[in-house]
Amino acid sequence: MKWRKIEENLFRVLMFLATMLMGGVLILILIAIFKNGLPALTWEMLTQPPKGGYYFGREGGIANAILGSIYLSLGAVLCALVIALPVALFLNIHMKNHERWVHIIRFLMDTLWGIPSIVYGAFAFMVMIYLGMKASLLAGIITVALFILPIMIRSMDEVIKGVPEGLLEAGLSLGANRTEVAFKIFVRQCSTGLVTAILLSLGRAIGDAAAVIFTAGFSDRIPTSISQPAATLPLAIFFQLNSPIEEVKNRAYASAVVLTLIILIISTLSRYFSQKLKNH
Amino acid sequence: MKPAIRIRNLNLHIHKHHILKNINVDIPANKLTVIIGPSGCGKTTLLKTLNRLTDLSSDIDISGQIFIGEEDILHTSRDITEIRKQMGLLAQRPFPLPMSIFNNVAFGLKIGGRKNKNILAKRVEYYLREVNLWEEVKDRLHQPASRLSIGQQQRLCLARGLAVDPKIILADEPTSALDPISTQAIEQKFAELKKNYTIVMVTHILRQARQIADYLIFMHMGEIIEHGPAQEILNNPKEEKTKMYLQGVFY
Amino acid sequence: MKIQQLKHIYRKTKDILTQGWMLAGLVVVILLPFVIGLGLYLKSHHIFTQYNFWELIGSTEWKPLSGKFGLYPFILSSLWITLIAIVIALPVALLSAIHLTTYAKAWVLKWVHPLIDILAGLPSVIYGIWGVIAVVPAVQSLALSFGIKVSGYSILAGGIVLAIMILPFILNILIEIFKSIPIELTEVTLSLGATRWQTVKKVILRKAMPGIISATGLGISRAFGETIAVLMVAGNVVKIPTGIFQPGYPLPALLINNYGEMLSIPLYDSALMLAAFILLLIVLFFNILGRYTIVRFEKSM
Repeated sequence: MKWRKIEENLFRVLMFLATMLMGGVLILILIAIFKNGLPALTWEMLTQPPKGGYYFGREGGIANAILGSIYLSLGAVLCALVIALPVALFLNIHMKNHERWVHIIRFLMDTLWGIPSIVYGAFAFMVMIYLGMKASLLAGIITVALFILPIMIRSMDEVIKGVPEGLLEAGLSLGANRTEVAFKIFVRQCSTGLVTAILLSLGRAIGDAAAVIFTAGFSDRIPTSISQPAATLPLAIFFQLNSPIEEVKNRAYASAVVLTLIILIISTLSRYFSQKLKNH
Repeated sequence: MKPAIRIRNLNLHIHKHHILKNINVDIPANKLTVIIGPSGCGKTTLLKTLNRLTDLSSDIDISGQIFIGEEDILHTSRDITEIRKQMGLLAQRPFPLPMSIFNNVAFGLKIGGRKNKNILAKRVEYYLREVNLWEEVKDRLHQPASRLSIGQQQRLCLARGLAVDPKIILADEPTSALDPISTQAIEQKFAELKKNYTIVMVTHILRQARQIADYLIFMHMGEIIEHGPAQEILNNPKEEKTKMYLQGVFY
Repeated sequence: MKIQQLKHIYRKTKDILTQGWMLAGLVVVILLPFVIGLGLYLKSHHIFTQYNFWELIGSTEWKPLSGKFGLYPFILSSLWITLIAIVIALPVALLSAIHLTTYAKAWVLKWVHPLIDILAGLPSVIYGIWGVIAVVPAVQSLALSFGIKVSGYSILAGGIVLAIMILPFILNILIEIFKSIPIELTEVTLSLGATRWQTVKKVILRKAMPGIISATGLGISRAFGETIAVLMVAGNVVKIPTGIFQPGYPLPALLINNYGEMLSIPLYDSALMLAAFILLLIVLFFNILGRYTIVRFEKSM
């Protein structure tokens, strides 16, 4: 009887600690990032591209990576959206009577979600060589778009799945065809959920390094067309962190702060939208 | 005869909603007491309060007293598991534990500290016979309980509850998921069991209440409107609300 | 009348075109995993003209210049790091999930959920930089306390960083699993005289077992493909790791570090694409295993 109590209390403490660990680790990570990065975060850092080569030049900042990341992730999200939204709608509205197939497709999509970004990167790199393409913003955008495609489809799919049964019937009985119901009624009904799905994909796109390292290249210059190579924040961290030069290292730390802030903003926004969805 | 359970000034709030309002009632020993009332009237909550399963949720405020024997179980210093062991619970649908048929029945005994294999085997057989399940399962005692039919599962759950030797059986619409034949089996079993046990059952089926209740409690919006011997209330309700309910005006 | 008809034709055409686009998108998405798999296989199978599969997997020598493409050290490093990560993350996630779904008050989960989401959303490279700043030195001093002098860049550091990364991922799945177990099961078990902890240990965990297996499978699959963070702290030395304080060279890191020079050496690109293909197969195996068990679990509820 005594042992029972001790065991229960022991595990209660362990369980509590495990939960605390989550919060603790997050705080530790944020402290490490901000402590190293904030002092390096000057106006020049944010507005200048690196000067004299990103690995050796002591001057300049990370404007190339900030803009590169923004171009790349927005481009990728736009490309993915053009496919993901129609597919998610199609699955739930046009394929309503083919539940078996929808199940199989969802399973496939979940599997696709699980493929690591480096495999997408390696695959895209292979295709690029085959086609004789050079690493560029465009190649990066396409690769990242493919990589976030299953994420976007499945999260949109989950949102649309939750729409009450009657809405489709109501729309159809007003004389609209399925496609019109999909784009005119469902999209409006699900708008906040769809925005959350887009934000989730945007976070993935902006944070990914393994897929773009093969395809987007890296450049000190801010890209002026999609055929030029582009730097991104994750790669700016990855390439510059191990430099022996203090100023270069600082660029990595500053990039980490900027990237973390962007991710925190995105996750706060998506929290806001999903909360709004709940209160509907 | 002394009542088995005495409830005094019981009030219960969930999230500031007043769910049980000033409940005062005695539940007679060795009788089948049925709680009826429209859905949402608090009858299931009352049943679970008797077992202190309300401890599971946060934001619940309880005041008042529930005496089982001489002990106020809401304010006792005794271990809560000892109190719960006095009461077997039969839920709305069967929830077999994820283990074999044998271990389902033996579970309560084992955690109660009984390890002797022979005694366990005898007890399991005894309680399975008690619910008329032994003949159906004696050859597959070590198969998962989930393979039984729903009706068999519910009888297994009853045997499992009886095996910890409770004084009271709490049943929350125990037949609502069952077919008519299994329902009958459970009802008949209850009629036999009340010789040795005090049974408190929640139901929304009036027919069931008419057929098996000895004592009846009618609840509405968290209050007990009327309680008393079943035939009296069914044939001669004093309160307007009880009359309306029995005529099927609201449910 | 005429205008009505035109409008009708316009609507009809728009419908057909849109549906065509939707269907085309669907076909692309369905084909994508097969195209990726097939592409990697086609690109890597050249190497089989000179070596057989087991030779490549089992050989420890990686010297592309002299045509030696042994993948064994990389596969083994990945396995080690993944194993360490799962051994750390699974118990923590289990304890926390049980705490959040059974013991803790509802508001705790409400506050912890955003934390989990933020942790899950942090990019790999951020974990990597934290690993370099905090975990690597910690591992170094830990090793020193055992009397071992190392840099700290090691499979243990990789395993720890990876554990933290997959923790929110596994935790999210486990919370859903435990939430889906009906409360009545707890109620009936308590009514038999069990304590809360006995209920968890003997009934809930057993009921959740397929779900836990599934979460583990998905966690392994996620861990195995994780690239940048692990690469930043694992050390990347081509040899078979002999202890947890030794550096390792995981499979994804091999791809990242060599993709530039691979075109200049014969069969090098095939070897690397084979590495990517093997990575894909391992990840898919655990992923599908995990998804399959979770579907079965949901059916059993």
